[in-house]
Amino acid sequence: MGLLFDATRCIGCGACSSACKEQNKLPGKVEEVLTAYTWTTVQEKEGLNVRKLCMHCEVPTCASVCPVGALKKTPEGPVVYDAERCMGCRYCMMACPFEIPKYQWDRPVPVVGKCIMCAGRVKDGQPTACAAACPAEATIFGKKEDLIWEARTRIRQKPGAYVDHIYGLTEAGGTSVLMISNVPFEKLGLKSNLPGEPPAMKTWQVLSNIPDFVAVWAVFLYGVHWITARREEVARVGANGNGHGRNGQGNGREDRS
Amino acid sequence: MNTLAALAAPRRFRPGFWTAVFVVLFLAFCTVTVIRYTKGLGAVTNLSDQFPWGLWIGFDLLCGVGLAAGAFTLTAVVHLFNLKRFEPIVRPTILTGFLGYAFVIVALLLDLGQPWRIWHAIVYWNTHSVMFEVAWCVMLYTTVLAVEFSPVVFERFGFHAPARLIHRLITPLVILGVLLSTLHQSSLGSLYLIVPSKLHPLWYSPMLPLYFYISAIGAGIGMVILESYLSKRAFHRHLEMDLLEPLARGMVVALGIYGLMRLQGIARNHAFGTLGSYEGRMFLVEFLLGVVLPVVLMSFRRLRTNPDWLVGGAFLAVLGFVMNRLNVSITGMEAASGTRYLPSAMEIIVSLGLVATGMAVFAFAVRTFSIFPDGPVAGRSKEPAVGA
Ligand code: SF4
Ligand code: SF4
Ligand code: SF4
Repeated sequence: MGLLFDATRCIGCGACSSACKEQNKLPGKVEEVLTAYTWTTVQEKEGLNVRKLCMHCEVPTCASVCPVGALKKTPEGPVVYDAERCMGCRYCMMACPFEIPKYQWDRPVPVVGKCIMCAGRVKDGQPTACAAACPAEATIFGKKEDLIWEARTRIRQKPGAYVDHIYGLTEAGGTSVLMISNVPFEKLGLKSNLPGEPPAMKTWQVLSNIPDFVAVWAVFLYGVHWITARREEVARVGANGNGHGRNGQGNGREDRS
Repeated sequence: MNTLAALAAPRRFRPGFWTAVFVVLFLAFCTVTVIRYTKGLGAVTNLSDQFPWGLWIGFDLLCGVGLAAGAFTLTAVVHLFNLKRFEPIVRPTILTGFLGYAFVIVALLLDLGQPWRIWHAIVYWNTHSVMFEVAWCVMLYTTVLAVEFSPVVFERFGFHAPARLIHRLITPLVILGVLLSTLHQSSLGSLYLIVPSKLHPLWYSPMLPLYFYISAIGAGIGMVILESYLSKRAFHRHLEMDLLEPLARGMVVALGIYGLMRLQGIARNHAFGTLGSYEGRMFLVEFLLGVVLPVVLMSFRRLRTNPDWLVGGAFLAVLGFVMNRLNVSITGMEAASGTRYLPSAMEIIVSLGLVATGMAVFAFAVRTFSIFPDGPVAGRSKEPAVGA
């Protein structure tokens, strides 16, 4: 499942943000930027209204970096957060390419806050609270394939009315939240320098090689030890036995290295 | 009566300037800690949603671990490469390594939002997370260092059997130590592999893990030299020039390889054009002062064999290392975050307090145990406690 946001249709009423607050029992007023208490917000850019919310990546960077697995992609699509597990390292905030997770800096017992795509509602087959609240159908909820098809249709039907790109199709390896607009996305404050490959692959390439690496390195280190220890022994035997030729050689080598 | 008089005698207990500095820093550190745990991270740090990792990760974690790298380098040299003549400086180096890790753990307890859940890393696994690997390596390697150091403590109290047992197990222990160090010195670099779109091209590279590993070896050796010098000053010991000079050669090799790799990485990113920017200037200071200069200076035998120049070269290498870690974690991340981050006074107090405490514990250990070949150092110096 996923969300499609059409910036050309958004009227900036903020119904989505208020609905989100209510649905997820978040305290305080809707703020202008994302915070631990405002999971989605509507920002005015270039005369357009743009929503900011978690993109629910297909291969979520946040979930890949969390040491305790507090963030997870559910089969339905939402990337959810388990506040009971989180120990507050904030690596997810550092790593998220869209800079979505936010923190409760003001609390002695803080947790991370981010949109969870109303995972509970979605699981029950309902649309997210924000999509349900949107009066202009700027945010719609549905199967990701259907949303892609819908976005393509809108772009095709009114040539020139949209930028020919669905934001989220390839960004950071693809996301469950898609956006279309008539203004280039970087002007709307959306990152345009994101790799098409999920960032998580970069670390996984390194991490997945660790077992082999450990085995090879351990054998190598032991080998070095064996050789040097053996050399010392040979030198000792040589010294005790027949003259100091060997001994001299052993010492010389040791001094040089 | 006699003992009482001795205790009361002003000459036996004369806290020097450095002791006073330490006490003040330590009290400030305690105050900040209390505020941090009662008011939250926002009250003591300049961290924000835009900049979630600051000085405590950049300095305490990245540098604390890196500067402890002398321990695995030297144990490998002595026990695996069998260069027994370096034996005399192994103990202080292992002690420094252990304190470095203890320092990191305390720093993490302050930096984590919910430190009482630090054990979650043991029960909830995410093998895709570099942070998970770091957590395990820190735990295991701290244990290895403690075991490697324990004979010193056993000896002091006359328990020879366990000391002998550990002595027999030293080869596997050292191999384990080197493995763990390799893994997570490099994985501190891997932490930043995840931010290709955020970290400035002067520092981002797929080779980050290797950069971190090799520069840690260079700076770890620099730290061994520096620490010998500081101990010399604090405890009126002589400088083991015959051991430190070859170490400086090792440092030149490590830093040299590292420097070339860095240049190659920057060329690959086509980032030389950014040298005029703020990031570029920070990079130049880091690289010229902390890599090029020590390599050049220490290539001259004449300077290497001169204690002052040797210590100067080691200091530059360590400084360059610290600057690199701060640049990766702070300077290089600022542009993408859209904000400037400067650590708050309280963040700095915590870092300084930790360094000072580490030095005080080192000084205490040197007096209590046979860390240096000539046994426990008598507390006769004018500057006790913080031996630097
Ligand atoms: S946008 Fe960020 S927080 Fe949301 S799923 Fe992707 S990586 Fe995670
Ligand atoms: S802050 Fe919490 S959710 Fe984020 S990576 Fe750390 S433990 Fe995981
Ligand atoms: S999907 Fe749910 S949690 Fe996410 S922004 Fe919409 S209402 Fe809020």
